[in-house]
Amino acid sequence: MSARRIFARPARFSAIAPYVWMVLFFLAPFAFVLKISLSQTAIAQPPYEPVFELTAGWEALKAGFAALSLDNFRLLISDDIYVFAYVRSLTVAITATALLLLIGYPIAYGMARLPKRRQAVAMVLVIVPFWTSFLIRIYAWINILQHDGLLNQILLALHLVGQPVVWLSTDTAMYIGIVYSYLPFMILPLYATLAKMEPALEEAASDLGAPPWQVFWLVTFPLSLPGVGAGVLLCFIPVVGEFVIPDLLAGSNSLMIGQTLWLEFFTNKDWPVASAAAIALLVLLLLPLLLYERLQKRQLEEGR
Amino acid sequence: MRKVSRLSRFNVASLALGLAFLYLPILILVIYSFNASRLVTVWGGWSLRWYREFFNDRAMIEAAGMSLRVAVASATIATLLGTLAAVALSRGERFRGRTLFSGMLYAPLVMPEVITGLSLLLLFVALNAERGFWTVTIAHTTLTMCFVAVVVQSRLGSLDRSLEEAAMDLGCNPVHAFIAVTLPLIAPAIVAGWMLAFTLSLDDLVIASFTTGPGSATLPIRIYSEVRLGVKPEINAICTLVIGLIAVVIVIASLASKLSSSQGESAALL
Repeated sequence: MSARRIFARPARFSAIAPYVWMVLFFLAPFAFVLKISLSQTAIAQPPYEPVFELTAGWEALKAGFAALSLDNFRLLISDDIYVFAYVRSLTVAITATALLLLIGYPIAYGMARLPKRRQAVAMVLVIVPFWTSFLIRIYAWINILQHDGLLNQILLALHLVGQPVVWLSTDTAMYIGIVYSYLPFMILPLYATLAKMEPALEEAASDLGAPPWQVFWLVTFPLSLPGVGAGVLLCFIPVVGEFVIPDLLAGSNSLMIGQTLWLEFFTNKDWPVASAAAIALLVLLLLPLLLYERLQKRQLEEGR
Repeated sequence: MRKVSRLSRFNVASLALGLAFLYLPILILVIYSFNASRLVTVWGGWSLRWYREFFNDRAMIEAAGMSLRVAVASATIATLLGTLAAVALSRGERFRGRTLFSGMLYAPLVMPEVITGLSLLLLFVALNAERGFWTVTIAHTTLTMCFVAVVVQSRLGSLDRSLEEAAMDLGCNPVHAFIAVTLPLIAPAIVAGWMLAFTLSLDDLVIASFTTGPGSATLPIRIYSEVRLGVKPEINAICTLVIGLIAVVIVIASLASKLSSSQGESAALL
C-alpha cells in the first residue's frame, strides 16, 4: 500500500468535527426556516404559532402536518410588494453584474499584462480593500455622496453644476456602492484566467492580420469565459440578497428582497413571512447556479 | 512581429483608475477623521477631537470590546474546524457524504447573509438558547470556517506530497507525519486563515444583527444604527481605528505568507 493511501485514512476522520458543525449550524437551521415559513403569524413572543411541538407526541405531530399551510407563500405571490421586490432584486443584480464586468475586465486585463513581479503587487492591492470593513467602505461613500459632500464640492468648484446634485438615496449611489464593494470579487477570477492565457495565441491572431479589437473579441474574450462565469456568479448571487448597500445608499421607495426580508423580520415581526421570503430567495438563487453548472458541463463536452 | 501582449497605455490607465477608485474613498475617510470641524465636510484643521469622543463613548467602547471578543473566539474555532475540513478534503480518501460536505463548505461563501442569519436565529430560538456572545460566535464560526478551509486547502494543494510520503517511509505514522512535516508547511496559511476569519467577524453586520440579543451589540451594529441617523464625525474616527487594526492584521498575514514563500524557496534550494 502506498504511503499516500495510508495517510488518506486518518485524514478522513478529520472531517468529523467540521462535518457535524456544518450539519448542526448550517444545514439543520433550514429545517426551522421551512417549518416556520409554513406556520401562522401570531402576535406573541415568538411571533409565530408553532405548527407542531416535537415533545407533544405523535398525535400532535399528525395534527401539525394537517395544519401546515402555504398561506405565507401565497401572500408572497399575491402581494405586489414582494413581486416588485423580486423583480427589483433581479434587475439590480443584473445591472450591477454587467457594470462590474465592464469595469472589472479592463482592470483585470491590465493586471495580467503587468510584468510577473508587479502582478503579485497588483493582486495584493486589489485584495486589501476586501479586508477592509464592508460597512466602513459604504460609509466612506456616504461621506462623499451626501448633499454637501466632497463630490458636490468638487463639482461646484469646477462650475460643472450650478447647485448641489442629489446623489445619496438614489440608484446611482447604490450602484456605486455595489460596484465598489464587489469589484475585487469580479477582478480576481478574471485575472486568474487572463494571467494563465498563452500570449502566443493573441500574437498569432495579430500576425495573421487581425486588428486589436478583433484579437480581443475573437481570441481573448472567448478564452476568458470561465473567469467571466465565475466572476458573474460570485457577484450576482450575493447582490440579489444584498441588504446593507441598498439600505444605506438607495432611496426607500423600492426595496430589494433582502431588505423586505429584514423589514418583515425586525419591523413587522412577521417571522413566518420572512422565512417564506428566505426560501423563495434561495430558490431564486439556485437557478443561476444550475444554469452555470449546465454551461460548464456543455463546455466540457464540447472540449472533448 | 507585433506584440499584443505588451502593456499598453490603455492597460496602465485602467489599472491606475481602478486602484484609485478602490483606495480614494478610504483615504478620504481617514483624512476627515482628523478634521476639527463638527461638519463632516468642512475642513477645520487637524484634530484628534473625534478620537477623544470615541474613547468617552461608553456604549461604543463596549460594542468594540464585544466585537473583538467574538472575533478572537470565532476565528480560533473556525481556524481549527476549517483546517480539519481542508485536510479531509485534500488528503482524505472518498467518504460517504463528501459531496454534501464540500457543498456545505462552499455554500456560505456566496449565500446572502440575510438567509444565513435568519436560519441560525430560528435554530437558536427553537433550541431556546439565550442570545448573546455565544450565539454570535457560533454564527461567525459557521461563516468564517468556510473561508479558512478554502485558504488552507489551496496551500495543501500546492504542497509537494512526496515530503509527507518520505516522512512515512522513514517510519512516521500518518498523524506524526502530519504534525512534523505538513503542519509547519501549512502554518502560514493557517495564520492567514485566522486573520481572514478575524476581520470577517469584525466586519459582519447582518448575521450579528440576527443572532445577537439585547444588550450585546457588536461594533458594526452600533455603527450602522448611528449611520442611519446621519453622518457623525465620531464614526470617521472609529472607522479609521478599525482600518488601522485591520492594516496591522494584513501586515502580519503578509509577513506570514512571505515566511512561507521563503521557506518554499529554501526547500527548493535544498
